Amino acid sequence: MDIFAFVLSTTFMYSAPLIFTALGGVLSEKGGVVNIGLEGMMYFGAFMGAAIAYYSGNPWIGFLAAGIGGGLLALLHAVACVTFKANNTISGLAINFIGPGFALFLSRIMFDGATYTLPLADKKMGMPLKGFFMKDSFLDNLLGSQCHTTFIAFLLVPVVWFILQKTRLGLRIRAIGEYPKAADTLGINVAKIQYFVVIAGGVLAGFGGATLSIAVSSAFNPTIVTGQGFIALSAIVFGKWKPQGALVACLIFGFSTAIGIVLGWSSVQAVFPVPSQILAMLPFVISLVILVSFVGKSVAPSSVGIPYEKDN
Amino acid sequence: MNNRKLHKKEWVSALKFTFFSIFIGLLVGAIVLAFSGYNPIQAYSIMLSGIFSKPSYISYVVIYATPLILTGLSVAFSFKTGLFNIGAEGQFIIGSLAAALIGGYLNLPAYIHVPVCILGAILAGGLWGAFSGFLKAKFNVNEVISTIMLNWIAFHLNNFVVTRPSIKREGMNVTQFIADTARIEILPKWKNCEAALAFREAHPIINDLLRTPLNAGIIIAIVTAFLIKYLLDRTSLGYSLRVVGDNVNSAEYNGINVKKNIIISMLICGMLAGAAGGLQVLGRTRNVAELAAMESYGFNGISVALIARNSPIGCIFSGLFFAMLTYGGPKIQSALGAPREIINIVIGTIILFVAVPKLLSILKSKFKRTIINTKISKGDE
Repeated sequence: MDIFAFVLSTTFMYSAPLIFTALGGVLSEKGGVVNIGLEGMMYFGAFMGAAIAYYSGNPWIGFLAAGIGGGLLALLHAVACVTFKANNTISGLAINFIGPGFALFLSRIMFDGATYTLPLADKKMGMPLKGFFMKDSFLDNLLGSQCHTTFIAFLLVPVVWFILQKTRLGLRIRAIGEYPKAADTLGINVAKIQYFVVIAGGVLAGFGGATLSIAVSSAFNPTIVTGQGFIALSAIVFGKWKPQGALVACLIFGFSTAIGIVLGWSSVQAVFPVPSQILAMLPFVISLVILVSFVGKSVAPSSVGIPYEKDN
Repeated sequence: MNNRKLHKKEWVSALKFTFFSIFIGLLVGAIVLAFSGYNPIQAYSIMLSGIFSKPSYISYVVIYATPLILTGLSVAFSFKTGLFNIGAEGQFIIGSLAAALIGGYLNLPAYIHVPVCILGAILAGGLWGAFSGFLKAKFNVNEVISTIMLNWIAFHLNNFVVTRPSIKREGMNVTQFIADTARIEILPKWKNCEAALAFREAHPIINDLLRTPLNAGIIIAIVTAFLIKYLLDRTSLGYSLRVVGDNVNSAEYNGINVKKNIIISMLICGMLAGAAGGLQVLGRTRNVAELAAMESYGFNGISVALIARNSPIGCIFSGLFFAMLTYGGPKIQSALGAPREIINIVIGTIILFVAVPKLLSILKSKFKRTIINTKISKGDE
């Protein structure tokens, strides 16, 4: 396979879970609620996706269950942050305990004491364009092995952009993130919309997690998420709280993972021996460098993370 | 009411709410256990006896608590100064790596070796933390995100170092054990000599205690908590750091160099977490190994700080509490077959409640409103 197609296709594959999660974070933060709990929601989604897909025999049911799982955790976050004016960061942190806690707890009950699920084999998420292009052509190498989830993730970017920029709902969401008091004065139900964005964000993070466990890989294990929720979080900042910006950031992360994989090939290692630990470090170093060079120009929604309290 | 009394009243109500949160956390844990077909009372009594029924258990709780108190202090210090140090995890890793390298590969006389190791750990962790402070001060990079990235960089750096052929032990991806001169365990040598064994047989409690790697780390952790309290409350540096934490604008107006303070604050946070890592190596693990996953000493420090409401002295108690949960909790798995992760659910719930200090007042006002509404609607009839 030509290396260019391989790098691109791997980039797409590894970006997809991040794109789902980052879009979820963009929605939530645009509506004024910081969601540091994305990691926990992703983790729970990864478990639910793999476990339900395994037992139902259908990856789509697993995928849906992952969304519901992420959404339920997000509901908890919304109750704390919107109704009870919780410190967003602390509540998100709690979610990062509760999500993995429930995932591993249920895993031990459902999989005979194990903290990993059984491999899905042919029940994995399908590849819609497999065999569609000529075998081993560039397009086949690039898109033939992509799962449905990759396409959904990329399609969701314009959808979220459209909702935020072109619909009445989006206008309301943005107004609340910038200046909730004004939105409230205009008769917008701040709490209702914040519930909506937080839960929608959780559903997307759950999808992101499931993408890891039923598309990129074919089972859940305790280290499957390892920081990807946090990477998605920084993708939001890189992307300046815009869906298309987050997409670019996620692609950069996916790309650095792909480069790491290529550099790890034995043929490459023979000429250019980079220790595997350094390769694993690469995505984080690259993102830190990008943060330093870009973040100065990034501005968060002005009321993000400040619980809105109505004057009575 | 004078200030002192007011302060005390706030303090007492905060403490009450903390206990309330812990109660709810345990209650939620019990409900989840019951739903999954385990007897919660049995589970909790196994945990309790697994924590208190033997001197060695209590000793282990203390050993578990040592790094948690220090990483808790690290996070609490950052909160007090208006920052959020999620990076205690990475600073801990770097501190433990420094201590393991100095302790294992440097020959120094006893009495010098231990302080050099601890200072090395503090310095290494401090610089790792200060780097995040620098990125924030100089490039306006949010410390939450930079410290998360630096955690993973520290993680892989640790694995890179311990797998170097010149450093790793034959056949294993771990560093050499630290020299005996660098250990802080209580009487590590004497423990197993013949005279000691005879003495231990005669004193079963001491015997049981000596089975554990009980070490001097806890004393350092407790002293450090008081030092941090002193630094924050009684020194001008502590004052200016807190002012920056309270209000950046007013700090600038008062001529405080905000950028410098951010770097100093993150330096101190890193030093505390680095010390945690160093003491862990000197007192307990005696080496560092290739990591498969984060060990979570730093992340748990966040919970310790939150449960302590950022009080340095509170961190001692919440560190001990957290150690009880993480040491006693897993025992239900071997005894009952109940998943040990129930502990994470309990901790998460406690933190969720700690996040909503206004919970009770909001519930009260909602409750009042419903009463008023029903009264009004009844009046209409």
